[in-house]
Amino acid sequence: MAKKLTRGFLGRGRAERDPRLPPGQYDAGTQWPVLSAEVTPKLATDAWTFTVDGLVEQPTTWSWDEIHALPESQYAGDIHCVTTWSKLGMVFTGVSVDTLLAAARPLPTATHVLARSHTGYTTNLPLDDVILGKAWVAWEADGVALSADHGGPARLLVPHLYFWKSAKWVSGLQLLDHDEPGFWEQNGYHDRGDPWLEQRYQGD
Amino acid sequence: MAGAPPGPTSWQTATVVAITDETARAKTFRIAAEHPVRHQPGQHFVVRLTAPDGYTASRSYSVASAPDDSGEVELTVERLEGGEVSTFLHDVVEVGDELEVRGPIGGWFVWDGASPALLVGGGSGVVPLMAMLRYARRTGRSDRVRLVLSVRSAADVYYADELPGPECNVIYTREAPAGSTRAPGHLEAADLAAVLADATFGVDAATYVCGSARFADAASSVLVDAGVPVARIRVERFGPTG
Repeated sequence: MAKKLTRGFLGRGRAERDPRLPPGQYDAGTQWPVLSAEVTPKLATDAWTFTVDGLVEQPTTWSWDEIHALPESQYAGDIHCVTTWSKLGMVFTGVSVDTLLAAARPLPTATHVLARSHTGYTTNLPLDDVILGKAWVAWEADGVALSADHGGPARLLVPHLYFWKSAKWVSGLQLLDHDEPGFWEQNGYHDRGDPWLEQRYQGD
Repeated sequence: MAGAPPGPTSWQTATVVAITDETARAKTFRIAAEHPVRHQPGQHFVVRLTAPDGYTASRSYSVASAPDDSGEVELTVERLEGGEVSTFLHDVVEVGDELEVRGPIGGWFVWDGASPALLVGGGSGVVPLMAMLRYARRTGRSDRVRLVLSVRSAADVYYADELPGPECNVIYTREAPAGSTRAPGHLEAADLAAVLADATFGVDAATYVCGSARFADAASSVLVDAGVPVARIRVERFGPTG
């Protein structure tokens, strides 16, 4: 349905609306809201692991120390939550998912990934959305260790998609030859979640 | 022949049929959607405002009313200073106005009414829990829910006339009403001891925690420390979105 005017609503701040904001998003400024649907887990880094498995030649698990020994990679840019806040100009540090996949070597049949968290949370992504410099496992945000409420010790970071795809407390990626809806996707949210296309809910 | 009515995730027009003050900072908007879909307690709607130049702002608001056949739902909105949507709803919207909405949405923080539920809310986090409590009462199954609500003071209690009942325990963090035996303070293990000692709620119940991120983390820590399995706790964090 075409957008319908709201009586009396003029909006504000559009003159200086930041071009980095996708449609329907606003700038959260210095705030970084926390909206996870689970109890925040306390994960010790000495017990933390990250695994790439499924349709790969070499299923691989890294410990906290092992993943830190890989080449470090940074993302500098913006993040966008489906609840309409965006946070601009952030810097995340971690390892590129490309580096992890290079070790595990995806099979040609792999088309999707299911990201899993230590809490049991899942989210699904096309493989194309986590390769070629588009995704990270991140443990630092704006120069400080990622706090538990933001997914620490480490979270997936897929900043070109809505942020529920960036699974907090990430424990691994399973490569699949089909799309398998994750936690929010089974609960009505979009399978891809491109903020520039406003793919918020199934059917968008 | 007309096409199929829009599903819950399509935008549609809803008319505001009543506006009620809950507290000095919260109002309930009763809306009648063009194509109502019966909701489940705990679900929310998205409200979208559109300006003449096409600019839009959307926010999500939980349903406070129990599902029924009226075709109407109640959304309670806290007025956040500087919040673009909540201040507009509070200051400009009148009965008879039309709003664009999509919903009901959500399949996780919902209660089907079939099994026991322990509800733990902080401040405005009572809204989706109220839909659950009202549904339980309406279906004659208030034995299936217990609500523990944390608020700053009596002036901050939503649905104050309707809340009191054997299922509800309100605790005050800043200022307790005259005659209270509990000193003001944050939610702690003692506030949940009685309800968790009841086998229905201590062992079997799904637990729904709703409030600010800070409240949700504090309340879930108290629950986990008291032995409630993490897997039984569902959390809805209300962000500082306006």
